[in-house]
Amino acid sequence: MDFDYQYFIELFASGLTKGSIYALIALGYTMVYGIVGLINFAHGEIYMIGAFVFFLASSLLTVLGLPLWAMICIATAASIFWAGGYGYTVEKIAYKPLRSAPRLSPLISAIGMSVFLQNYVMLGQTEKYLGFPEVIPEFDFLEPFATTFSSSDFVIWMTTVIVMLILTWIIKFTRTGKAMRATAQDRTMAELVGINVNRIISATFIIGSALAAVGGILISSHTGSIHYYIGFIAGIKAFTAAVLGGIGSIPGAVLGGLVLGMAESFATGYFSSAYEDVFAFSLLVLILIFRPAGLLGHAETEKV
Amino acid sequence: MITAKDIRRILLVSGWFMILTFPILGMRVDPLSDNIIWRLKNVMWVGIGTAVLQSLPHLWLLYLSIQAWGIRLWHHFRGTSPHKIVKKKAHRDSLINRVITNPRQRAIVCAVVLLLTIIYPQVVNEYQINIMIMALLYIMLGLGLNIVVGMAGLLDLGFVAFYAVGAYTYALLNLHYGINFWMALPLGGLFAAIFGLLLGFPILRLRGDYLAIVTLGFGEIIRVVLENWTELTNGVAGIVNIPGPTFLGLGLTPSQKILYLYYLMVLFVVLTIFVVNRLQDSRLGRAWLALREDEIACQAMGIDKRRTKLAAFSLGAFWAGIAGVVFAAQNRSVYPVSFSFLESAMILSIVVLGGMGSIVGVIFGALILILLPEYLRELSQYRMLFFGAILVLMMIFRPQGLISVVRRKYDIDSIKAEKKEGGA
Repeated sequence: MDFDYQYFIELFASGLTKGSIYALIALGYTMVYGIVGLINFAHGEIYMIGAFVFFLASSLLTVLGLPLWAMICIATAASIFWAGGYGYTVEKIAYKPLRSAPRLSPLISAIGMSVFLQNYVMLGQTEKYLGFPEVIPEFDFLEPFATTFSSSDFVIWMTTVIVMLILTWIIKFTRTGKAMRATAQDRTMAELVGINVNRIISATFIIGSALAAVGGILISSHTGSIHYYIGFIAGIKAFTAAVLGGIGSIPGAVLGGLVLGMAESFATGYFSSAYEDVFAFSLLVLILIFRPAGLLGHAETEKV
Repeated sequence: MITAKDIRRILLVSGWFMILTFPILGMRVDPLSDNIIWRLKNVMWVGIGTAVLQSLPHLWLLYLSIQAWGIRLWHHFRGTSPHKIVKKKAHRDSLINRVITNPRQRAIVCAVVLLLTIIYPQVVNEYQINIMIMALLYIMLGLGLNIVVGMAGLLDLGFVAFYAVGAYTYALLNLHYGINFWMALPLGGLFAAIFGLLLGFPILRLRGDYLAIVTLGFGEIIRVVLENWTELTNGVAGIVNIPGPTFLGLGLTPSQKILYLYYLMVLFVVLTIFVVNRLQDSRLGRAWLALREDEIACQAMGIDKRRTKLAAFSLGAFWAGIAGVVFAAQNRSVYPVSFSFLESAMILSIVVLGGMGSIVGVIFGALILILLPEYLRELSQYRMLFFGAILVLMMIFRPQGLISVVRRKYDIDSIKAEKKEGGA
């Protein structure tokens, strides 16, 4: 049997797309984990809310009769604003009061928040699948590759790369980014040198949520539908990606996202598509058993 | 007292929540015409609601200050001093905890509760009995999860997987080999316990939050496999026509069957309570508590971490498996949908609401969370919203749960008194 290159490349492209989205969401997890040492379970829900806000805003703007490019810009801005707002508020309500509580408490509170937000959107909007507008136009210059990937794939890759570059710039060179790195290293010391830790934590949640919202918009326009439950599975998978790369490490989250996306794409392509989620979770379990610190992370030793 | 600053803050926060909920609650797209349906009333209610919630503490303070002022006035007219010497009250446990710790009172309360549960089906109709069976089932599940989460401190988010294993064990063994309820009961528990061990082995080394995610993933894996392995499980269509429990080979009418299942459930719950209660004060139970508090110190004391954790996982799973068999027998059918993550979240809410580690707490938690939505039908669609909120609010305001667990402790004074008596 000879090797089907065309099929392989198609799977590769779809894996890259999936991986980019996972990476975008995983960044939120890993940044929050790096700074407050907490799994923000509600992160997947923020991603879902971002997609819903974009959907509502774009519908409104279409009714008002704005041109496509203006609609995309404004709706994206609205989506980022509200996702950031939800991220900020969730942190203030569910995590901040529990900062010095035992480890289990913020985790349970986070799960509660996740369940709450899911049902909030379900009751506020609908429990049915909604058609998401196709906002990404077909590009003419991609015509020769039309058989292997669509222009929405292309836009997703490009957006991810641009967002990553912006994020790297924020973290490496801005004051807020420096303060974030300092807080991640040692919160008490950061406080002592005059960093407003509460503000930095809020900023982390807002940036993470904004990335999730971008991911949510991209994937929803790619798949063409939204549902209140999409955040849950995407959230767990992105978390898997973050763990895969080494939680707390930003390049790790990107690498983990891509590896997970590829693994899923090839596994579904060559074995069975029904067990897509099973592959991701099995990968998570295997990683945690054999390399708990992840691909790029370093093992932590617990001091007594 | 409310100052201008407080009012500004209240308005600011309410305004923020109105902005936040504006798109999700205030807008909706009509799927037919693609027009926007405005529902700004909802947003207004959110604003009013948050304002009221925020002013509650202020109103309470106002009430207290009025009260204090009233007391001062009262003393002023009577010519007495308002500053009387207040004796420091000794720390007292809550009423329920005092009853639990006093053996005589406990025996009386237990007897009364047992009597009530036995009389209960005679006075209500079948529908009510069915709901009660459901509640008893959740008590059992809650007590099982309580071993894992409450006592051993391992946050298991895939608990429903073991429940599913139990239910499918009975359904499949019955379908293929015609095994009856009574044979399936221990087998279901056993299979679930084996799955508990299988899951437990690889993740023994994991810390709390990783453990939570892996167990969650495990729960999802089980559900997805049940949905897709059509040859074995019949997929989403589920398995139907599962017989209910048999009673000494006698034929029972449907209403008798329900009654029978109810008493069976009561028996199981009593048995579970008995076992869990005995476990709590056993060597193993103490090891769980120690492991929960500090793993490293616990190992230094010579406790086998591996065995202790595995025991917690498999014992918890065992109860879930048994509950699963009963669930299959009660519903006469099993579907993969019944074993979603939300079910796990619900069982976790029961344990968290009642009080992690507390048996009485779990019973109360299950009764509140299962019976309340059943009787408030119009509220039942808000059920999961409510569960999510409970998890958050309980963690913030009352992490120990409604009924906090009483740790057995020796009171130094009573020991001294005993010694004196012995010496005299």
